This record gives sequence, structure tokens and C-alpha cells, in this order.
Amino acid sequence: MLVIKDLHAKIDDKEILRGINLEVKPGEVHAIMGPNGSGKSTLSSVLAGNDKFEVNEGSVTFNDKDLLDLAPEDRAREGVFLSFQYPVEIPGVSMVNFMRTAVNEHRKYRNETPYSASEFLKLMREKKSLVEIDSNLTNRSVNEGFSGGEKKKNEIFQMAMLEPKLAILDETDSGLDIDALRVVANGVNKLKSPDRATIVITHYQRLLDHIVPDFVHVLYKGRIVKSAGKELAHELEEKGYDWIKKEFED
Amino acid sequence: MAEDQDKILEEVTGGEYKYGFYSDIEMEEFPKGLNEDIVRMISAKKNEPEFMLEFRLKAFRHWQTMEQPNWAHLKIPPIDFQDIIYFAVPKKKPELESMDDVDPELKATFDKLGIPLDEQKVLAGVAVDAVIDSVSVKTTFKETLAEKGIIFCSISEAVQEYPDLIKKYLGSVVPHQDNYFAALNAAVFSDGSFVYIPKGVRCPMELSTYFRINAINTGQFERTLIVADDDSYVSYLEGCTAPMRDENQLHAAIVEVIAMDRAEVKYSTVQNWYPGNKEGKGGIYNFVTKRGICKGDYSKIMWTQVETGSAITWKYPSCILQGDHSVGEFYSVAVTNNYQQADTGTKMIHLGKNTRSLIVSKGISAGKSQNSYRGLVKVSKKAENARNFSQCDSLLLGDKCGAHTFPYLETANSTAMVEHEATTSKIGEDQIFYCNQRGLNTEQAVGLIVNGYVKEVINQLPMEFAVEAQKLLEISLEGSVG
Amino acid sequence: MNKTCRIVNLQDEYSQIYKDNLPFLKAGAPNKMNALRDDAFELFNVKGIPSNKVEEYKYTNLQPFFKGTFDIAFSSESAIQNNDHSFTCGVPNLDTHNVFLINGWFSSQDATDKLPEGVVVGSIREKAADYPEVFEKYYGEQSNDGDAMAAMNTAFAQDGAFIYVPKGVVVDKPIQLVNIMIGEQDRLVFQRNLIVIEENAQAKIMLCDHTMSAQKFVINSLSEVFAATNSVLDLYNIQNQHNLTTQVASVYVNQKKHSNVLTNNLTLHSGITRNNIRVTLDDEYCESHVYGLYLNDKNQHVDNYSFIDHAQPHCESFELFKGVMDDSSSAAFTGRVMVRPDAQKTNAYQSNNNLLLTDNAKINSKPQLEIYADDVKCSHGATVGQLDEEAMFYLRSRGIDENESRILLMYAFAYEVIEKIRVEALKENIRSLVEKRFRGEYDKCDSCVICGQQGVSASCL
Repeated sequence: MLVIKDLHAKIDDKEILRGINLEVKPGEVHAIMGPNGSGKSTLSSVLAGNDKFEVNEGSVTFNDKDLLDLAPEDRAREGVFLSFQYPVEIPGVSMVNFMRTAVNEHRKYRNETPYSASEFLKLMREKKSLVEIDSNLTNRSVNEGFSGGEKKKNEIFQMAMLEPKLAILDETDSGLDIDALRVVANGVNKLKSPDRATIVITHYQRLLDHIVPDFVHVLYKGRIVKSAGKELAHELEEKGYDWIKKEFED
Repeated sequence: MAEDQDKILEEVTGGEYKYGFYSDIEMEEFPKGLNEDIVRMISAKKNEPEFMLEFRLKAFRHWQTMEQPNWAHLKIPPIDFQDIIYFAVPKKKPELESMDDVDPELKATFDKLGIPLDEQKVLAGVAVDAVIDSVSVKTTFKETLAEKGIIFCSISEAVQEYPDLIKKYLGSVVPHQDNYFAALNAAVFSDGSFVYIPKGVRCPMELSTYFRINAINTGQFERTLIVADDDSYVSYLEGCTAPMRDENQLHAAIVEVIAMDRAEVKYSTVQNWYPGNKEGKGGIYNFVTKRGICKGDYSKIMWTQVETGSAITWKYPSCILQGDHSVGEFYSVAVTNNYQQADTGTKMIHLGKNTRSLIVSKGISAGKSQNSYRGLVKVSKKAENARNFSQCDSLLLGDKCGAHTFPYLETANSTAMVEHEATTSKIGEDQIFYCNQRGLNTEQAVGLIVNGYVKEVINQLPMEFAVEAQKLLEISLEGSVG
Repeated sequence: MNKTCRIVNLQDEYSQIYKDNLPFLKAGAPNKMNALRDDAFELFNVKGIPSNKVEEYKYTNLQPFFKGTFDIAFSSESAIQNNDHSFTCGVPNLDTHNVFLINGWFSSQDATDKLPEGVVVGSIREKAADYPEVFEKYYGEQSNDGDAMAAMNTAFAQDGAFIYVPKGVVVDKPIQLVNIMIGEQDRLVFQRNLIVIEENAQAKIMLCDHTMSAQKFVINSLSEVFAATNSVLDLYNIQNQHNLTTQVASVYVNQKKHSNVLTNNLTLHSGITRNNIRVTLDDEYCESHVYGLYLNDKNQHVDNYSFIDHAQPHCESFELFKGVMDDSSSAAFTGRVMVRPDAQKTNAYQSNNNLLLTDNAKINSKPQLEIYADDVKCSHGATVGQLDEEAMFYLRSRGIDENESRILLMYAFAYEVIEKIRVEALKENIRSLVEKRFRGEYDKCDSCVICGQQGVSASCL
């Protein structure tokens, strides 16, 4: 599904990603862990198409399409969803209006007829109950005045609405209390299916207790330095990142 | 085809008036320019009583002593006032054979707005059969209104039918000495609307529907007068939500609103005159004086405007808060794109006790346009406990446009509370990226964000109007973000 | 040369005064000063003393105040009369380097040996001769912005202070320019200062204006400030004059890369005051702080007109003006902020807050934003109000009497501007002065509350 080959990316001439290789198949859950500043969030931004970062080497294909060639909105319509670490507030734009536009854009892209207002509202009700999101949130402006936990829940709700093929959760657990974490994780798990994949980017092991990964990768200084099964996450939790740093100091 | 059209337009508007619309007029050609004789002729043609001729002449004589104002943040090309035909009402529009002859860009805009085909024809100047019978539409409304004692007619009609009301109120809020364009309008105004709501009557409908059709032939110098007697209510909608293909360069309108004890008047405008092309050629110069007076205690006047058209907009709908406990509100969205210039805002003059005013202004500049908010909040010495809050925000799209705010706060009473806040910002790249990531393209993202930004104002418009206003905003900003 | 001039029709007489006295104006003045006179006069003559018909002076009609019968000194000797040198103006606990000017002319200064090497402080007409390159390079380069009062100053000014801080030098001791207005006749006075802070240099300057006799004084003073790359400058303008004074004080600031300039106009007592503050952020990454506090009573009037010109990207400006108006006093504020095309990443914040204490007091506030670049954060706010009644009640419920509560809250209102003073001892002093001013402990017309000199009771009008 997703094939990343020797991906290099920089911001303001500073190279952050220095040769990432990763393959994700449908149905898999990959966790990417690593110390602060290792390039985790850069990787998600590059995959989503944020033009703050410049890709200077390597390739990314998504279902045999050159992902790097696509505009951010087309990547989204192809099925790449990014749950932002810091979801931006858009004052005055209601969630309903925002989501309806987004969902119908996806449908148009797939040559499906856009939802009518009533069909859309029905879909929204379903998904709201699926991810246990407070129905008040969808009456408000996008992320405006949301608490940290509400913002993250809102990201998962949007994921449920858009039904992506690949969901990238960028530090979705940061700053979440245990209840919010459970809601977020349940949402993700409910959306799991054999033809969908998930990349969970996190600093801590805690989220991985709820979303169990098939693979765990350690990102350090812009490279994946270690890949293993879910047991690696526990090892990291116990030992911290220092041993990785020592081992891969260059 | 477009060339032909231009030629016709030029003949009709730029040349002398050849196609005498009134076949019974002695003089077939109405000369260009403005002098006392022209003013007398206008009055005579309209068969006006003596007091109206005096009204016009006084204004004209005063106008001659005045100079065109230049204080606004606008670059106004010189206007030759002697090169304008002052009596061209009703103006003969060039008639096109069919919709195929209409400028495709204009047609596309109509489609986006969802204007019914027949109406499109009227707006574009295509000959129409009697499909839309504006007269009969008008009559239906008139009957309903007449039952309640509401007067709603053209100013010309009012001059004939209700001379006492006209004598009493016309020019009482905006006297001809007020400003250059007000004087000009008072001298030569062609027509407009008159509304009178009797005591205790709530006008049962928005006074608008037929106005849209009626507005087509309202000339350059329209004049509106609304009188709301004690305990009455009216909501008045002005303007046309479709872009009018009007080739008049200069518009100088006056609107006067009078609210007596406990009366409430809502005046909503969607202005979308021709803004000129992408290179800044052509377009309307819109110099409008709108003012309301809250004469009675507990009265309220509310102005809502969505300004997206015109090459130059010079407009400050104002409230004189004379009655105690009276309220003035002003909600505005002004959008400028390409080479448009807008200098718009309001004046809130607090005279009575416990008067309140609220100003919400949202400016959006794109392209190479200049957009200014100019507002005055004045609290006079006797205006005990006056309250004002102003919020003026500017949104910039692109780095070649300008956004400016010029608020004036004049306070001469220690019990007053006056607050003004203003911000200027641009649409954040992170906001656009967030929308992109959810599958919206950049233009959709901007449209969504802009509509969110202006929501506070749009919400004040009657429902149907609001939807069209939103669409208009999107059309006005098309192509402004790369 | 002292001349007594009767001014009735303004331009007629000012034109005559200029023509008649041109040889005196030019005598002994630096070349560039004289070279700019004629053009400046021409401009002044066309524009005239501004009335309230001029947009920039909408709330202050200066014309009536520039009429009357005034003495004008055309030489140092005639300006400096009654100079008994007994005047010492010092803020307690503040060691300053003092420069005394009398009626706009340099009179004397503390011995310069304690100033760091290379620092020049003195009379502008004298120092121009010693440092011709500096003078030629900077004099009159900012004041030619078309303002009539600046042009008048350029045409008529003959002396004032010159301050030069060379590259890398930090002057710890604040430099205090004390201008004393004194005389037996009503006077029209011009003062011209030039302040140049070179690269990486730092200085703190206080401008203090005092009236020492009960005559009517009309002052047109102008300071040009150049802050080079990475320099830091504080400029405090402390206005403390009697009610018969009319002062037009213009300050022009030009900032270069990474410079940090603070101006603070503290108008504690005056008759008619008009402050023109123009700051040009002429290079990237400049930081500018423009503050003001005005406390008016009686018929006093203060008009602060500021213009911050963001001409280059990545600059920040912070503007705060606060005023308290008592009795029949009035005040005006104009805060014009311009962001030029391409001055991207500009941050400009402005706010103006006013307290009106009586029904006869007036305030006109006119914040303006003119923005021609898109990647900017700008905001302005203006408020007019009274003391918060809830806060009053809260204080009184704790046993503080009404009057004391009022003073406390007024002081709390002014506090924000006082806190911006970066010279600790001066801050302390202004604090107590403001409190005393609110408390009415000083006679409202005490002519010199700063330094504690005896006021002239006759000036209480």
C-alpha cells in the first residue's frame, strides 16, 4: 500500500529525514517511536504534503501512485488521513459545513454522488456514536475553543467520517488524560479493517497498550534504526531512548 | 458580439440620448451636463409641485459652491460632471436577441448564483416577454400592505400622492448641505422608494422582492426615504444580488431613515455593482450617503451591508441616536479584489441618554485592492451613559492589497464607555493545509474560511439574502488565491 | 538680539520676522542648518500654523496659541538672562549628566570628564563645527516630512543639544536635557536637538521642560534621533510646565537593524501640548516602544500624534498611551501605524485607554492602521471609560474611603505606562509624582514638580 524508499527531506536547508525506508501493507498497524526531534512529525507532514518541507531525495508510492506528485487535497482524497498533533482552529467555520464539504469532495473524487443534507447528517450521527464524540462539538467552529482532548477526539471523528485507507496518527496521545486516550484508541480500533492501515507516531508506549501494533520502528536522527514487533515498544518504555542514542550515535 | 454590445452601450450611455423613451417629450435629445435649466426640466418632466423644484434648486445652487471631497483613502479619477446625462430615467437598456448574446462570464456568474433564467434575462438586458410581470407582482404586494396602512411606492409617486410626508421628511436626515454627492443627488435625483409604516404596525414581509426587479431601471441618483412611526417595525432589503450590468459610471444615492418612539428599522444591502475588469478598467463609482435618525425613545436602526461590487465605494451608513435609550447597529462586510477600492464604515452619533451602538466591520482585501474602514463614534456632552463597542477586522489575501482602519472616537461625556478593537490578519497557511489534508482544495478552503470570518455579519441578513450573499463572496474572491 | 514681535495674522508676521532677521538667524549657525532654512520656511509659509482644518491637527487648532506679542531671542546672550545657575534639576537617587538650556539655547552642563570617552554632549551650533561629518550626515534628514511645525523649527531654530554616542559605547548615566523657560516677557522659543547613537551603543536620555516664570511661553522643539544597528536608546520626555505654556514637541526616530528604541512622553502638567512622534523602522528586526501618559486638569489639552512607519520586514512595535482627564481638560490621541508593501512579518500592537473624570472633560481618539503587506499581525484598541464601579465598591467594602479608592484606581490605571520606564530611579520618581498628582498634594499649578523647585503661584491660572 505505502512504500517509502530512501526518503530525504529538509526544512530551511536543514536535513531532518535522512533516508527513510518503510513498507506498510493493508491491515497492518505500524508504530513509529523515537526521541524528541528525531523526525517523527516531519515524516507525517511530508506524507501529507506540507510544503514547509522539501523532499530532496527518495520516493513514496501509495497504491502504486507517486504520492509526492499529488497536491495535499488529492493525497487526502486518495485515502491518506493525518491526525494532526496540533489541530488548527478555524474560527467561524462550523464542523458540519467543514465535514460536509470534505466528505463530498472525497465522493466527487471517486465519481460518487455527493450526499444530500439529510444523508450527511445521518452519517454524522452514526459516526459520532461510533467514536463517542460529544454531539455539541460538531455544532461548534472547527477546533475553536476545544480542549486538547476534544481536539484529538475531533480528529478521530473526522477520520471516521472520511474512512481513509491509511491513517497517520501524529502524537495523538500527547497531552491526553487516560479517558480521552481510551476514547481515541477505541475509535481507532473500531475503524480497523483488513484493507486499512494505520501508522501510529508516538513518544510513549502507553497508546500502544490500546492500539496494538504489528510492527514498531525506532526513528532516530532521521533514519529508522530499529524495527521489530510490539515487544520493542515495551523495551523502549523500560530502558528509555538512551541506549538507542548510544548505539546509533554517529 | 461583445464588441457590438460595447458599441451599443457606448451609444446609449456615452452618446446623446437618441432613443426618446418618452415619445411625447418635446425635446428628443436631452442634453448632457448640469445647469439650472436641467434641474428645472427634471422637475417639470416629473410634474413636481413647486416645493420640490425649490428643494432641487436650493441643492443645486449649494452644490455649485462645493468641491468634491478628497479625504477618503481612495484614488478617484477626475469625474466630469458636465459629461453626464442627468435625465435618463427610465433608462433604455440595449436589448439583446437572446441569452446567447450575453457575456459568457456574466452568464456563468448567474448560474452560480442560481438566478432563474427569466430573471437572468431581465438582469442582462435581454428582451423578455411578459413572463415577469413586475407590475402585477407589485400590485399584489401593494394590496397586502395597503390593508395595514403601509405606504410603499416610488418617490415620484409619493411626491404626487403624499406631498405632506415628503415635505416633512425628505432631506430632514441628509440635508443637501451635508456633502457634495448629497447636494448633487438632491438636485437631480431620478427616483427611488418611499416607505411609511404607520403607528403600531409591523410590516408583515421583507420589503424587497419586487424591488429587485424594480431596481433595474433605477438610475444613478436614487433616493430612498423610510419613515417608521411609533411602535412600528420594518425590514427593508436593498440591492440586487446578481451583478448588474450597469454602465453608469457614477452612482450617488441617498437613503434616509426615520425611526420614531420604539420603532425599529432594519436596512440590509447587498451591493454588487460592476467592479470593473481584472485590469481595473471600468466599474461603478458608488458614492452613497445613508443615514438614519433614531428620533424616538427606545427606537432602533440597524444597517447591514455586504459590499462586493463597484470600482470605488464611498459609503458610511450612519445613525443619529437622538431618542433616549435608542440603539444603532452597523454590520458590514466589504470585499475588494483586483483594483477595487472601498472606503466604508459608519458614524454613530450619541445624543440621547442611555444610547447604545454596536459596530461590526469585516474587511477582506485581495488582488491589488485597497479596503478601508472609516468610522466615527461621537458621544456628545448630554449623552449620559452612552455605550459603544466596535470591532473592525481585516483579512488580507495576497501581498499586493491594502487594509486600513481609520476610527475616530470623540467622547465628551464622562459616563460614556467606548471601546474599539481592530485586528488585521491573513489566512493562515496552516489553516489551508489542514483543509487540504481533509480533501478540500485551496480555493474551497479559502471560501470556507472567509465565510466563517464574515458569519457574524451575514447572520444579520434575512435568510434568503444571506445564502446569496455567501455565494457572492465566493465569486468576488475567485482567483484571488493561487 | 532680542526682538519683540506682535503676531496677529500669523503668516504675515512670521514671514516678516523671518525676512527681517535672516542675517541674525544665520549668524554663527552651522552651514547645513542655514542651508535648509529657506526651503523649510517656504513650506511653513505655504502651510501655515495648522488649524483644526488640517487632518493631522483635527483636534488641536494651534493658530490662536501662536498669536500674541512675544520676545524672540536671536542670540545666546539675549536668551540667557537671569542665569543664576541655582537651578538643579535632579531626580532623587538618580545620577545624571545634566545639560541646561535656557529658552532653547545651550547654557551650561556638568563637567564631561565623567562621560565615557568619545561621547559628545553640548550645544548643537558649537558641536556641529567640531563634528561636521556627523552633523552633515544627519541634521534635517528626518524633519523634512512636510509637517508645518517641523518646517517652522527648521527655519527658525538656532540652538539646542547635540548628543553623539560612538560605536560600542554604553553610557550608563542618563543624560538629562533641562530646558528652562524664563523671562520677563512672553516668549516664543525654538529648540533643536540632534541625537546620534552609533552601532552597538546605548544611552538613556531625558528631556525635561520647565517653566520658571509666570509669562506665557510658546515652544516649538524638535529632536531628531538616529539609532544605528544594534543600538539601544531610551528617550523620556517629561513635560512639566505651567498652564500658560504651549508646546509643540516633535521627536523623529530612525531605527536601523536590531535597534531597540523606547520613547515615553510623560505629560504631567502643561497648558497646551502637542507631541509629534514619528518612528521609522528603516531596517529589519527593529523593535520600537512608543509610550505616553497624560494627566490633565483645568483647561489643559494634550494631543499625542504618533506615526509608526514599518518600512522594513520583521520589525515589532508596541504602542501604549493612557490618559486621565479631569475638570474641563481635553486630550487627543492619533496612532497611525503604516505597514509598507513588503514589510512582511510585521507585528504592531497599539492601544489607547482613557479615563474621563468629569462631564466637561473630552477625549478624541483616532487609531489608524494602514496596511499594505499581508503577512502581518496588527491590532489596535481604544477605550474611553470611567473608574470601574465594582472595583470601587470592592475597595470600599474593605474599609478604604471613596477618595482613597479613587486615587488607588487612578494610579492603577496609569501604572502600566509607568512600568515601561527602564530607568529604575526615574520610574520610582514618576510613580510618586503621579500618585501625588492624583492626590492633589502638589498644587496643581506648581511649576516644577519634578525637581521640587518652588513654583510661581502667579502661574496658577
